[in-house]
Amino acid sequence: MTGLRTHLAEKPWLWSFLAAALVWGLAVAFAGGHGGGEILTSALAFGTFTVIVGLGQMMVITTGPGNVDLSIPATMTLSGVIAMKVMDTDSAHMLIGILAAMGASLVVGIVNYTLIRLLRIPPIIATLSSSFLVLSTAISYGRGLRIKPPPPLAEFATVRMFGIPLAAIAICLLSLAVAVILKGTVYGRTVAAIGQNERAAWLAGLNVRGTRFATYVLSALLAGLCGILQSGFSGGAALNMGDDFLLASIAVVVIGGTSVAGGRGNVPGIWGAALFMYLLVTMLNIFGASPGVRLVMTGVIIIAVITIAGGERQTR
Amino acid sequence: MSAEAIRLDGVEKSFGAVRALAGVDLVVGVGECLGLVGHNGAGKSTLMHVLAGALAPDTGRLTVGGIEPKTAWSSASSQAAGIRCVFQELSLCPNLSVAENARIVHGALSGFGWKARARTLIRTKLDEIFPGHGINPDDEVGDLPIGKRQMAEIARAFTVTSAPLRLVILDEPTSSLDAVTAEQLLAYIAKETARGTAIILISHLLGEILSASDRIVVMKDGKAVAARPAKTFDRASLMAAMGSDLNDVAVSEQLRPAPKPDAPVVVRARPSGQGAGSELIVHKGEITGLAGLAGHGQTKTLLQIFARQGAEVDGPMAFIAGDRQSDGIFDLWSIAQNVTVRSLRSLTRRGFVDPTAEAQLARTWRDRIAIRTPSMDNNILTLSGGNQQKTLFARALGSDATVILMDDPMRGVDVGTKLEVYAMIRAEAAAGRSFLWYTTEVDELTHCDRVYVFRNGRITEAIDAADLSEQRVLQASFAESGT
Repeated sequence: MTGLRTHLAEKPWLWSFLAAALVWGLAVAFAGGHGGGEILTSALAFGTFTVIVGLGQMMVITTGPGNVDLSIPATMTLSGVIAMKVMDTDSAHMLIGILAAMGASLVVGIVNYTLIRLLRIPPIIATLSSSFLVLSTAISYGRGLRIKPPPPLAEFATVRMFGIPLAAIAICLLSLAVAVILKGTVYGRTVAAIGQNERAAWLAGLNVRGTRFATYVLSALLAGLCGILQSGFSGGAALNMGDDFLLASIAVVVIGGTSVAGGRGNVPGIWGAALFMYLLVTMLNIFGASPGVRLVMTGVIIIAVITIAGGERQTR
Repeated sequence: MSAEAIRLDGVEKSFGAVRALAGVDLVVGVGECLGLVGHNGAGKSTLMHVLAGALAPDTGRLTVGGIEPKTAWSSASSQAAGIRCVFQELSLCPNLSVAENARIVHGALSGFGWKARARTLIRTKLDEIFPGHGINPDDEVGDLPIGKRQMAEIARAFTVTSAPLRLVILDEPTSSLDAVTAEQLLAYIAKETARGTAIILISHLLGEILSASDRIVVMKDGKAVAARPAKTFDRASLMAAMGSDLNDVAVSEQLRPAPKPDAPVVVRARPSGQGAGSELIVHKGEITGLAGLAGHGQTKTLLQIFARQGAEVDGPMAFIAGDRQSDGIFDLWSIAQNVTVRSLRSLTRRGFVDPTAEAQLARTWRDRIAIRTPSMDNNILTLSGGNQQKTLFARALGSDATVILMDDPMRGVDVGTKLEVYAMIRAEAAAGRSFLWYTTEVDELTHCDRVYVFRNGRITEAIDAADLSEQRVLQASFAESGT
């Protein structure tokens, strides 16, 4: 038991996996032991999207107190709308559609950082206000359109190998890359250093401005990627497709063991937390909870998990 | 000793495998100034945290005024017993004003008009200890330079409302004070002990300890190894008791060959407050001192040079912070990561920081600068203050920087280490590195080839090594005081 406890203290992300496993167990038990595999598969499919934006949000939050990207849902929508419209259900236009969507996301990232840096607006306000601009652009550009994704994109977003969604495998590799970058590159170390003490990071000769810029751009690019995949998955872009991801992107980062005060990121925890969040809703559905009860329970349980798993880590 | 203010018997304390206190006995008499010396990590700060109730000892007994406290010893009970502390890591709340910080320790300042009373209380004490301090009780602490924060904290420790004042612990109180304010404090200590307050003075400045204390206790490896009246010690015997090798002194006193007169200029800067006046010029291989009273633009000038604003600098720079909490330490990281952070780019192979090379760099500097730790992978905060400071030296000296900026970097560093670091700085300068060294200790200026004295953000005088004297530095510090 004490072995487990020290293990948990060293690897805070284990909490999120334990919580996910517990919720899954409860759901399967209530369903009479059936459908466990099916639930896991869909958790992986839906969780993947949360992970993509969670990775970007984690990098932003790790750069220190006050840093958060609230423009993620709007960026997802813009990217999805542009991708679908440029591709216009034609497989031959897929690459150009992806480039156009990612290009737009890049611009959002640059605008976000420009607002923060040049106009000295706090990130929370800057990204929130830019998301209004971004969403308006998406609305005017994609008004009344519901264009289906080209078949190869839909295929990639939905196909499964041995019950595991292909997209989940791809994003798993992406997560691995982010984890390696965070731990082993000058950029990753700089992100963690800025999050602990921005002034000391500057005095240690690190490139503070460049790193913050790259981080906001990275977050926007990941949101853009998520928008494209989500459109492929759900048969087209929708103006409300990003709505659930504002809270989710922050919640998975926090539940996953990343320090809210900055300086310490955690990639594996994002996966555990994303699975947990999906399984939680599934469990409440199986229990037959009404939508109101479901929302209240989701909120209460997220608060409880953050309190239990995150209480000690955030007192510094 | 008939009247004892406080007494510790057989106090032991371990942190994991590190034995910080190995059975310490300590008595402080009423109205006595006790000097406490020892190397970094000798256990001085830990012992004081035990006295203050911030750390519970593993074993040992504590009596206050001859009486054993009835309840468990804690910060609150030590406060109630009249024990106040000024620790190395300053503990004022940066987002509150000086007066509001005074209120935090004085519960009696309550009810209507508490703020006015807090203002008066702290202003009176500041005036008494540091005449001409220039601190407004309404100043937000975070906006004050470190020297003034330290003055405010010292003054707060000596204020009295409801609880009596029995013992004040001053841990490195002058480390951020300039010569004039340090002198004011020492004079006040004599006055305060005459009123019956006991004082424990911890300092690495032996001159200060020898002149201010009645009795001196020497600590080494978690034990009190000597305790005698101050009169029976002199500088050499005190250092011998601490276990410093006197040969080190001889080495560091050796003269360094003067830098070549035709060496290229590596730094040319004009402090922002300087009109058309003189420039600050550093040649390759030179050690340049920045002197004057604390907070008169020296740190600002260093930062300006670091940012290359209004300054031309030839070559990469490194900055050694004196205010290590806000300018230096990454507190979530290991000691090793804190050392290597300045050198990450040169440790990168094919896009990734090479873990072997990184560990190697950290190990090399642990040995070169003698950072006292069982493992460089431990968190930086497991180190004593002086050893954290050494980590910052290792960070800068282990990097590729050819120009090193030092912002009063010897805060909390013990004598032995200081001598080693002085020798290291001289050797590095002889090898072609250039140093800009702001210091509040006039003694350290003797290592410099040229000293710039600051007053109100401007250079008032440039003194060459041959003409340097304490007298002259002080004179220049007070020059044109009308402005």
